[in-house]
Amino acid sequence: MAQNGGRLRLLAFESETVADIAAKPARRPGFHRSRGARLLVGLAGFIVSVLITFLGLLAITFFIGRLVPIDPVLAVVGDRAPRAVYEAARLQMGLDQPVPIQFIRYVASVLSGDLGTSVSTGKLVLDDLKRVFPATLEMATLGIIIGVLLGVPMGVYAASRRGSLVDQIIRVIGLLGYAVPAFWLGLVGLAVFYARLKWVAGPGRLDIFYDGLIDPVTGIVLIDSLLAGETDIFFNALWHLALPASVLGFFSLAYIARMTRSFMLDQLSQEYVTTARVKGVSERLVIWRHAFRPILVPLITVIGLSYAGLLEGSVMIETIFSWPGIGNYLTVALLNADMSAVLGATLVIGAVFIGINKISDVLYRVLDPRAR
Amino acid sequence: MTTMHSWLIDDSPASRLQARLGRLYRICGALSRNPLAAVGAIIILLLILTAIFAPLIATHDPLKQDLAQRLLPPGSIYWMGTDELGRDIWSRVVYGARITLVIVVLVAVLAAPAGLIIGAISGYFGGWIDRVLMGVTDIFLSMPKLILALALVAALGPGIENAIIAIAITSWPGYARIARAETLTFKNAEFIAAIRLQGASSLRVILGHVLPLCTSSMIVRVTLDMAGIILTAAGLGFIGLGAQPPLPEWGAMIARGRSFILDQWWVATMPGFAIIIVSLGFCFLGDGLRDVLDPKSGEQH
Repeated sequence: MAQNGGRLRLLAFESETVADIAAKPARRPGFHRSRGARLLVGLAGFIVSVLITFLGLLAITFFIGRLVPIDPVLAVVGDRAPRAVYEAARLQMGLDQPVPIQFIRYVASVLSGDLGTSVSTGKLVLDDLKRVFPATLEMATLGIIIGVLLGVPMGVYAASRRGSLVDQIIRVIGLLGYAVPAFWLGLVGLAVFYARLKWVAGPGRLDIFYDGLIDPVTGIVLIDSLLAGETDIFFNALWHLALPASVLGFFSLAYIARMTRSFMLDQLSQEYVTTARVKGVSERLVIWRHAFRPILVPLITVIGLSYAGLLEGSVMIETIFSWPGIGNYLTVALLNADMSAVLGATLVIGAVFIGINKISDVLYRVLDPRAR
Repeated sequence: MTTMHSWLIDDSPASRLQARLGRLYRICGALSRNPLAAVGAIIILLLILTAIFAPLIATHDPLKQDLAQRLLPPGSIYWMGTDELGRDIWSRVVYGARITLVIVVLVAVLAAPAGLIIGAISGYFGGWIDRVLMGVTDIFLSMPKLILALALVAALGPGIENAIIAIAITSWPGYARIARAETLTFKNAEFIAAIRLQGASSLRVILGHVLPLCTSSMIVRVTLDMAGIILTAAGLGFIGLGAQPPLPEWGAMIARGRSFILDQWWVATMPGFAIIIVSLGFCFLGDGLRDVLDPKSGEQH
């Protein structure tokens, strides 16, 4: 654990979260406790830490909401409202209460699913978010699939041919993942692959004549179209998804390839690999059976982080692809100073982000025998 | 020259100045042997020079509109073409270097010391202070940075100052973590005990002896973070929450070129190249600096 966690910390300079997850020492509450009791203690501690993080997220959105220089009462009643109406609204919104009470009320209302009403759409923020979230999920999921399918083999290959031209190219791709603005890549992708080469479809989720033909069951068009047996729509949706998902996939594969390469180099320099080679194990088996297996566990953390990052990254590119997801919703809300919608979307993206990170944290602990 | 060299690499420097210059000399030497780091350093140097001498390098006034010359392709007069108001894109990119440099410097100046002090206090005192400070740090660390910055700017109001504040608020926790980890490694060292026995206050120990030892890993980390800061700032500008028109901020320039991407590709593409080159420069330099300043933690391979 310590050694592996150390490696993670050293290599994952951009993402302290990997390091933090990995470097957390496994709980050792004394030898006299049974394994079950230890697991329970660990579980309780974990749940507490998750709850505290979520509470922190709520505190941050609450305070951001209070930072807004616009008087929230005026936003509701309008600036021509008589004094009495203003006061009544103020009382009704609970703004006469002390800040801690307001915070508790805020938490209670969020927990009961009340995120307020969006000024720009005129609907409940929660309903809006339920409608737009599947689109983002669909894009990010396809992105992470592309990232894993390409990034992991690229990283392994680069590590096995260290110093070669291919290795150098993969290293540069890895760094480009930190240097290229996602929105720029999306625009250039549209100009090249849509306008010039016509390989992919343009903005939007479906061609206009397919719009509204299938009932949203899951909200994920790829699944809904298959459920309805409409393969035409399925392929049209895939055609539309190809470019935005590839753009997200690029950032994911850059990160995953970079991390995989580092993990593999670390394993390949271990003595047991030399032993295996001396025994005459073929290079292919050395790489895939001996060196690759131990890195699977830290890779899960990396993939989880990358997936969470894609949900965040989609905010930047959804407007470019007119993708009706949470990113587009957030951007429109931002420009209209629609704070309920902004905070609602922030809360949801933050919660999913934290959730994915915590899940990969759990997986790391469950799967790594040393962390158990 | 040789005497200079031997004075600089002297194993037992006679003065602080000699020791410091010697260290700098060795770092520069090691950096110049690492080709990527050298490229990165040159890019950053060019960025700084461009920002300083922008009026000399720009061929046109970055704000002057000339509707007769709008949306011209790159050519001998307008090296990167012109935008929809007939402004020269090359000159705007050049002046944009100033904005980018101001953003990264201010974010670094705000976030790094804040993180450094919080981390050092946390690590030095330990106990409840440590738990509370690191709890807050961990909460901030587990937030999605970009979304947090977006929401903050939305609340504070669009503008470059608020964008800088928002990015700084989202970037200090990483520095606090590093400073705490560094502080813990030498908190119980004998030289710290010796200073305390001489009666130095906690403040003095932290400011005078703990923080200076954190700086090298901090420099590495800040350099590596610069690319992310540039991308976030450009993203805020792109959405319309960062630098406001007519400021030639690169992200905002890409946003304006969005409508012309299919026919006048250069309007949106050119500022993007500037962002990529500068971000890559910081990545290269950061990687190289890490190998030199912090050899333990670099990729030894």
